[in-house]
Amino acid sequence: MASYLHGVHVPHRKKTRHKPVLRMDIPKVVTIPMSMHIGAPSVPIVKVGDEVKVGQKIAEAGGFVSVPVYSGVSGKVSKIKDYLDANGRTAPAIVIESDGLQTVAETVIPPIVTNREELLTALKESGIVGLGGAGFPTHVKFAVEPERIDYLVINGAECEPYVTSDTITMMERSEDMGYALRVLCDILGIRKVVVGIENNKKRAAVAMRKMAADIVEAEVSVKMLPSVYPQGGEKVLIYHTVGRVVPEGKLPIDAGCIVINCTTLATIGTYLKTGMPLVEKCVTVDGGAVTNPQNVLAPVGTAIAELFEACGGLTCDPAKILYGGPMMGVTVPDTTEPVMTNTNAVMALTKKEAWLPKTTACIRCGSCTNHCPFGLAPMAISHAYKVGDVETLKTLNVETCMLCGCCSFVCPANRPLVQRNKLAKELLKELRAKEGK
Amino acid sequence: MSKLSMSPHIHSGMSTGGIMLDVIIALLPAAVAGVVIFGLSALWVILTCVISCVALEALFTLIAKKPQSVKDLSAAVTGLLLALNLPANIPLWQCVVGSLFAIIVVKCLFGGLGQNVVNPAIAARVFMLVAFGSLAKAAFPVDAVAGATPLAPGATMPDLLTLFTGYYGGAIGETCSVALLVGGIYLVVRRVITWHNPVAFMGTVFVFSFLMEGYDPIKALSMVLCGGVVIGAIFMATDYTTSPPTPWGKVIFGIGCGLFTCLIRYFGSYPEGVSFAILFMNILTPYINRWTRHKVFGTGGAK
Repeated sequence: MASYLHGVHVPHRKKTRHKPVLRMDIPKVVTIPMSMHIGAPSVPIVKVGDEVKVGQKIAEAGGFVSVPVYSGVSGKVSKIKDYLDANGRTAPAIVIESDGLQTVAETVIPPIVTNREELLTALKESGIVGLGGAGFPTHVKFAVEPERIDYLVINGAECEPYVTSDTITMMERSEDMGYALRVLCDILGIRKVVVGIENNKKRAAVAMRKMAADIVEAEVSVKMLPSVYPQGGEKVLIYHTVGRVVPEGKLPIDAGCIVINCTTLATIGTYLKTGMPLVEKCVTVDGGAVTNPQNVLAPVGTAIAELFEACGGLTCDPAKILYGGPMMGVTVPDTTEPVMTNTNAVMALTKKEAWLPKTTACIRCGSCTNHCPFGLAPMAISHAYKVGDVETLKTLNVETCMLCGCCSFVCPANRPLVQRNKLAKELLKELRAKEGK
Repeated sequence: MSKLSMSPHIHSGMSTGGIMLDVIIALLPAAVAGVVIFGLSALWVILTCVISCVALEALFTLIAKKPQSVKDLSAAVTGLLLALNLPANIPLWQCVVGSLFAIIVVKCLFGGLGQNVVNPAIAARVFMLVAFGSLAKAAFPVDAVAGATPLAPGATMPDLLTLFTGYYGGAIGETCSVALLVGGIYLVVRRVITWHNPVAFMGTVFVFSFLMEGYDPIKALSMVLCGGVVIGAIFMATDYTTSPPTPWGKVIFGIGCGLFTCLIRYFGSYPEGVSFAILFMNILTPYINRWTRHKVFGTGGAK
């Protein structure tokens, strides 16, 4: 019925967007997990006692869907320990004590990229993963026949409340983005590029238009989108920028599109220009409990406690600490957790901000289904899951759910809708795996 | 220290109580108009229904050892809606019986809020219509000459202005169309309801009546404005629990309500059919829901 996908109006709270980025002091210790991306964990190639430098490879990719990992500090490997990540996987983490000198490794030299093979190798060697939060290895996205890529969509939507690291990237690193675009379009023969930006980021849009004007290798356009969450959801963004529908269970490339986050693109640019792999992240540090919220540039592996310190510390004991924004962010147990490659924000929410109403009876208002960007019926999914009706679950397309949380956000009874969607997805995944065997 | 939970970590602030409060606010103009038109007895009916509904639900949840639910205001809404659908001269004990039927039989015994199959206020009104003769003898404005309700056999239809202001015989809250429409606009603006349901309902009644009344738009409009169509379309047919959630579902539901209202009015033995029509469509809602789910993005071709 609608030509526009639904969604919800979330509060913006992007108070850090016009503040300068703070480059924090080099931390004494960094903890770099091997499971920061989707796919097989990386395999450490250093051992305890080894000296490492900035940009030095410390782990190899653990498979095709995996990436190498680099150190963001110079110093000595003090420990290799087990690290339990938010998905429940345990993988090694390399602990490095920094010497504070930040000596750059000799291996950091710009890669030579003249053809597709060299480009894919370079992308893999860069250690770059989807920096919007998913952490999907970027080289895997581009490892498709170039003819299939009709559009390269740059995700600058940044629809999560508070988070502004992408906005800052677009304003400050548009040159790197432009450089990466020229190489990608030139070598892969991509003809059309669309940058999707929510219309609450006017300054970023100006920077992007300026960048677009300088690129001759492809037709680059900047598309302003309404500030409706989840505008930055991959399939939502594709639909609203190029008008294509990614079929259920398929990837963007099946609709002729590759979507990459703007910070990912900027990082590719930096790597192609200088050879410096992904070793540091611009992270939005915000939330009501943070004294002086701002964007902080931190080496990967820095404990989030140090980010809060760099922002003047916490004003109160936070109710929740998150990786990412409040709509899809992951809670962390304490502040010793490290900044990872796919961390775009760290939140310390006060009790008031993280307040959720008590769950009451469903009144069948239909808000969940009417706000679902994909038109799913969360209340029906929830019921089918609760009573264990797998046959009905299969007909409700729950596997399409991207867990954006609109349904739970709008539910007047605050039912655990997206939460049950996730459980239902897991259940069907397990069942399908069993059937497959 | 930090609490672990799945996202989202913030909420829109929408609440059942807030929605119900909006409905009460939207019904206030009609309630005030009812008291002005029909006198103080209307106020006693309203108070009796609201108080008995709330008290009965509180009592039931207490006895059944369920979490106390009266503070979500849904029982108050049911009471108010029921009262506005009753004539001002009804004996108050009948109001209590009606409230009992609405809250205990239709709502609580089916599992409480969100679980009832039909709208409690509508079902109670139909129950009272069948059980008590008093509903057929409609009340009249305090300073008016008693006559028949506009739709009663042999009665004359008031002019359009009277239909808008509500100075004619009928239930407390159904006669003053202006007050009801103001309430309806408030609900649409507050996004508590959408236009689909009321417009489809009233539109269908208009078109059907237009065809039946010899293509006379004034008469057709009169048929929309009297006999509880407006209050039914705006406040009863939009009840979340007993009507479809999706836009197409709402349109089908509204058209169905309008169609059955007119069929009963023109071909049935009751002069007015709004309550029966809504009750009937309530029962069909699960089926409408099954046909009118949103198409899931990315399934079956382009959206």
